[in-house]
Amino acid sequence: MVRVAAPRSLAAVLLAACFGLAIPSGAPPARAQGEEALPQEHWSFSGPFGAFDMAAVQRGFQIYSEVCSNCHSMKQLQYRNLTAVGFTSDQVKAIAASVQVPLGVNDQGEPILGPGTPASTFRSPFPNEQAARAANNGALPPDLSVIVKAREGGPNYVYGILTGYTDPPAGVQMQPGMNYNKYFPGHQIAMPKPLSEGQITYADGTPNTLEQEAHDMVTFLTWAGSPEMVVRKQTGIRIVLFLLLMTGLTYGVKRKVWAQAH
Amino acid sequence: MAGLYKSEYKNPVVNWIDTRLPIFTMMGREYGTFPTPKNFNYFWNFGALAMITLAIMLATGIFLAMNYQPNTQMAFDSVERIMRDVNYGWLMRYVHMNGASMFFAVVYIHIFRGLYYGSYKYPRELLWMIGVVLLLLMMATAFMGYVLPWGQMSYWAATVITNLFSALPWVGHAVVTWLWGGFSVENPTLNRFYSLHYLLPFLIVGVAFLHVWALHITGSNNPLGIEPKGPQDTLPFHPYYTIKDSVGLCVYLIVFAILVFFAPNYLGHPDNYIPANPLATPAEIVPEWYFLPYYAILRSVPNKLGGVTLMFGSLLVLFVLPWLDTSPVRSCRFRPIYRQVIWLLVVAVIVLGFVGSHRPEGIWVVLGRVCTAYYFLHFLVILPVLGKLEKPLPLPESISRPVLPGGGGPIPSAATAKPMEKP
Repeated sequence: MVRVAAPRSLAAVLLAACFGLAIPSGAPPARAQGEEALPQEHWSFSGPFGAFDMAAVQRGFQIYSEVCSNCHSMKQLQYRNLTAVGFTSDQVKAIAASVQVPLGVNDQGEPILGPGTPASTFRSPFPNEQAARAANNGALPPDLSVIVKAREGGPNYVYGILTGYTDPPAGVQMQPGMNYNKYFPGHQIAMPKPLSEGQITYADGTPNTLEQEAHDMVTFLTWAGSPEMVVRKQTGIRIVLFLLLMTGLTYGVKRKVWAQAH
Repeated sequence: MAGLYKSEYKNPVVNWIDTRLPIFTMMGREYGTFPTPKNFNYFWNFGALAMITLAIMLATGIFLAMNYQPNTQMAFDSVERIMRDVNYGWLMRYVHMNGASMFFAVVYIHIFRGLYYGSYKYPRELLWMIGVVLLLLMMATAFMGYVLPWGQMSYWAATVITNLFSALPWVGHAVVTWLWGGFSVENPTLNRFYSLHYLLPFLIVGVAFLHVWALHITGSNNPLGIEPKGPQDTLPFHPYYTIKDSVGLCVYLIVFAILVFFAPNYLGHPDNYIPANPLATPAEIVPEWYFLPYYAILRSVPNKLGGVTLMFGSLLVLFVLPWLDTSPVRSCRFRPIYRQVIWLLVVAVIVLGFVGSHRPEGIWVVLGRVCTAYYFLHFLVILPVLGKLEKPLPLPESISRPVLPGGGGPIPSAATAKPMEKP
């Protein structure tokens, strides 16, 4: 008996030791030692049953339009996508028409601008990378379409960046034009503090604290990066339930078939 | 009318076809009545699961290819367009992307099954070697597929991996330029990777056919590692193993679905949602999880050519495994020492996986070297020597003996029946 038990316990110990190795690496690897742990916010869209708080997505879009879009593009989105977050098609037409977007060239071959349509891509603040860098002290504001998917920590990281601006601790030498952010890797971020307390006036009377603004912004950006998320999770629940049923049935049939085998 | 096949099918249409092309007879023989050892455990599901995953990858991949643009200016955006504007494009893309991980998970378990139960030994050496070819083809396909979304990790993985060939003496740099189709990873590289990513899966289908063909010549191994002695030891493949594979398939699809629908990006690297930028190297270039152990072996040697040699060697050693293992006993159940040693190999490979995901600093360098050394020690020294030294437990007389209802009964081999309990 001992001979049989020994290898199993050996294997168990070794495998446990193996997975023990994973524990020190449990924290997101991008966050080097000595860096602040990310805030752990509660999100309407987290968990298998999570769905976007559409009012928050709309408030986030308001912040994007008023603040972020001055420097950041969102090239993967068209205004028509906004019908998915509860804007009516007339509202979307009005939103699109309120911005000037490139409409190709005129008869003289010169580029022309005009009011957008629902089919227009979100207006880019700069015509190209060089123009963006020239206007931003050499830094390139990243496209925000998939920013939540493109950062370790996802929504919590973006929330951390939006709320993480502080004065640099004593003794920290800041590069010219850089700002201190406790969640940004290396802490020196080119983006000036984008949101502050009371900056946004919400039409629905939601209190405009910094936390609320950042929370709404991140909800919008998460939707923008994964607009399929709610459909995906709902489909997944139905598929997993179906598969559980199928597993039960198949296992029953298997038992019945194998009962004849001996 | 010599040469016509005498079909036994009653249906006139089936009979007409089968007479001229006995495909129904062949399928019936290979998947219907095919005599299969009666004592498979659920580890024997994984071959069928790999086959089904291959089909899923082909089906989703063909639809993705209809909407993907293999051009450095458009590739990243076209993948996002698939996710947003193609009907169920997000489903195709996430199934395909996670399918690669599931495929490797399945194949790694399948390989472990082969190692544990000695499926590579006489007379299944060629079957095993064809399997190693399949693994290599899968790895090439997965690597090139990972490049296609043209994110930061795509670009830098392509750069790092193709640069490995520069370690070849004399011809290295010429080979790398030839692979790239230029002097860096650029549009020609993406184009050819796309072409090859579409081609190789069909080679995999062909080689998988050879794998199954070879399997059906030798017949399957089984958890006891002894050959069936007669009809009492086997069951027809259908319905016994079609239904058992179906149970495994349902459970497998649950895991697959949870990954795809609830955590589609869990196994991916966030940097791959940043468009490729040749001017900005990511803080860390890490491959997908299924390549991490090889990456760790590569980095455990301070010399580039040495690292590349060991990395490819870690795969090539599998080709000669049937001759490295000198033990005549197949199944670990009857090899008291090997059944412990094999777990050391599993641990070494898992640790190498963790090593591969960390910067090669401090303890990770030491762990990487120790585990790399153990990996080769296992195959090149322990296996050949252990086969000579180890005293195997007595083998059961036949498959049907130890699996009789009642757990063997009071037969003289009851003592040896104990270690045969299912793990």
